Amino acid sequence: MSAPQAPSLVRRAAAAAAVLAALLVVPVVAGTYQTQLLTYGLTLAIAALGFNLLLGYSGLLSFGHSAFFGAGAYAVALMMRYLGVTSMELFILGGIAFSAVLAALFGVVCVRHTRIFFAILTLALSQVLWTLAYKFFWITGGTDGLRVPFSKLTLLGGLVGFPGADAFAKFITFYYYYVLAAFCVCVALMWLIVHSPFGKTLQAIRDNETRARFLGVRIWRYRWLAFLVSGIFTGVAGSLWVPLNGLTTPDVLYWPQSGKIVFFAVLGGFRNFTGPIVGAVIFNYLEVYAVAVTEYWQITLGVILIALVTFLPSGVVGSAARLGARLKRRREASA
Amino acid sequence: MEIVVIQVLNSLFYAAVLFLIAAGLSLIFGVMGIVNMAHGSFYALGAYVTAWSVAAAAGALPAALPPAALFILLPLGAIAVALIGLAIEPVLLRRFYQRPEEYQLLVTFGLLLVLEDAIRLVWGGTPRTASGLVDSLGLLQIGGMPYPVYNLAMIGVGIVAALGLWAFVYRTRFGVLLRATAQDRRMAAALGIDVGRIYSLAFGLGCFMAGLAGAIVVPSQAAILGMGVEVIVLSFVVVVIGGLGSLEGALVGALIVSALRTITIQFWEEIELAALYLIAAIVLLILPTGLFGKKA
Repeated sequence: MSAPQAPSLVRRAAAAAAVLAALLVVPVVAGTYQTQLLTYGLTLAIAALGFNLLLGYSGLLSFGHSAFFGAGAYAVALMMRYLGVTSMELFILGGIAFSAVLAALFGVVCVRHTRIFFAILTLALSQVLWTLAYKFFWITGGTDGLRVPFSKLTLLGGLVGFPGADAFAKFITFYYYYVLAAFCVCVALMWLIVHSPFGKTLQAIRDNETRARFLGVRIWRYRWLAFLVSGIFTGVAGSLWVPLNGLTTPDVLYWPQSGKIVFFAVLGGFRNFTGPIVGAVIFNYLEVYAVAVTEYWQITLGVILIALVTFLPSGVVGSAARLGARLKRRREASA
Repeated sequence: MEIVVIQVLNSLFYAAVLFLIAAGLSLIFGVMGIVNMAHGSFYALGAYVTAWSVAAAAGALPAALPPAALFILLPLGAIAVALIGLAIEPVLLRRFYQRPEEYQLLVTFGLLLVLEDAIRLVWGGTPRTASGLVDSLGLLQIGGMPYPVYNLAMIGVGIVAALGLWAFVYRTRFGVLLRATAQDRRMAAALGIDVGRIYSLAFGLGCFMAGLAGAIVVPSQAAILGMGVEVIVLSFVVVVIGGLGSLEGALVGALIVSALRTITIQFWEEIELAALYLIAAIVLLILPTGLFGKKA
C-alpha cells in the first residue's frame, strides 16, 4: 500500500496546462447544455476543494458544509432582492463575507472536537441555518426560495449583461469562462495553501496530534483557520452556483447537501489534491444522468457510494494513480 | 389547565417515539462504535411496513374480530425491520468496524440513500396512514377536550419498552455479554464471546426499536417520504444531550427534547428546531460526553 511516487512539478504543470487548454475549448466544441453541465461541475469542484482542506488535510469530517454553500447562495439572493445589487463581483464579495463570518463562528465551536463529535456538531449547526431559511419565509421565501435570474446579472463590473429573450446561450458561454477563471484562482490558492508551512502543519496535526502539540503547535488555532478557509471556498462555490441554478431554496442548506459534498471528496479520493475536484465533476454528471435515466437516482448514488467506500477507499483518482504506478513498475521490471 | 395536560401528554407521546429511536442509535453506537446515519430510515421503514400491513389486513379481517385486533401488527412491523437490519449488518457493515469513522459514516449515509429510495420504490410518493387504529380505541374527555386513548396507550408502550430494554441490558445474561463487548471488544472475544453474533444482535435490536417507533407513530401521523431524514438529526440531538452510548441518556434526552419542542411550538413556532440544534451544540461544547455519557 505504498503511496505512488509524486510526479515532478514540471510534469504536473504540463498536465494542468493540458487540462486547462481542454477546458478552454469546451464551449466552442460542445453545445450549450454540455457547457452548462460542466459549469455546474466546476462550481461544485470549488466547494469540494474547500471541503477537502478539512477532510483530506486536517482529518476533520464536516457533515455541515451545506451551511457555507447555502450561505454563499443566500448571500447572493438576499443582496439581489433587498439591496438591488446585480454585479457578480459584489455578490462574490458578499458571499465571502457571509460565509467567513459564519465559518469563523461555527469554527470556534466545532474545532474543539474531532472525529464523530466534530461531524455531529457541524451537522447540528448547519441545520440551525436550514430551519431559519425554512421558517422565516417572509425574508427567505421559505420552501419557494429566492430567485436569482441570470437576466438581471452583470459580470466584470457591469460590462457584460444578458438582457433579451435569447440571452441564455450567451450567458452560459460567458459564465462558463467566468466560473473557469474563478476555479483556476481557487485551485491555485488552495495549492499554495496546502503546500505552505500552514498546510504542512495541518497535515502534521492530522497525522499525530500529540506530537504536533509537543512541538508547540497551537492546534485549535490551526484547525480554526483551516475551518475558516474551507468555509470561504465553499461559500464562493455557493455564490457562483446560484445564478446558474436561477434559484436558491432551503434544500441547499439541508444536511443531505452536506452529504453530497462529502460524496465528491470520497468519489475522487480525499487523500489527493485533485481527487475532490474530479469527484465533484463526475458526481455532477452522475446525478444528472441518473435523474434522467431513472426516477430512483438516490438508490444509484447510494449503491455507488457504498461500493466506493467498500472497494475503492482511495477514490477514482487515488486508485488510478496506484494503478498507474503499478503498471510503471511492471514495465520497468520487464525492461 | 386542560391545555397544559394535553400538551404534557403530547410531549410524552413524542418523547416515547424519540426515545425508541435514540435508544437504538445509542445502543448501536455503544456496542459497535458506529454512528448509524441510516437509523432514521429504519424508523421510516417501520412506519411504512406497518401502514401497509394494517391496510392489507383491515380488508381481510374476519367480522368476528374487533378492529383492535390489528394492534398485533405493530410489533410485527418492528420485527420485520429488525430482520432487515439483521440481514444488512453482516453483508454491509461488518467490514467497516476496524476502519476509520469517516468510512463508517459514509457507508451508513449510502445505506440511507438506498433505503429512502427503496421506500419510494415500494410504496410510492403518497402518504400512508393507519388511522383506523386510533379510531378503534376511541376518545377520552380531558376537562371537556377530546383526547385519543391511542396516544395514552403508546405512552404506555414507551414506558414498557424503556423498562424492558433496561431489564434486557442489565438483568439478562445476553445483556452482560452485550455490555462486556461494548466495554472491550478484544477482551470479550478472548474470553470466548462470539463478538460477531453480539454485534449482529445489537444492530438488530436497535433496528427493532426504530421500527417500533415507526409502527407506533404511523396510526397517529401518516408515513411520508423524508420522515427518516428529518428524524435522524433530531435523534442526534437527543443522544448528544443524553450522551452517546447511554440508554439513560437517551431517555432523559428524549424527554428534554420533546418538552422543549412542545414549549417552543406553543410560544414561538419559528425557532422550534433551531433552538433544539443550538442546545445540542451548546451541550456538546460544555459537556462533550452529554449528561450521562462515559468520560473518554
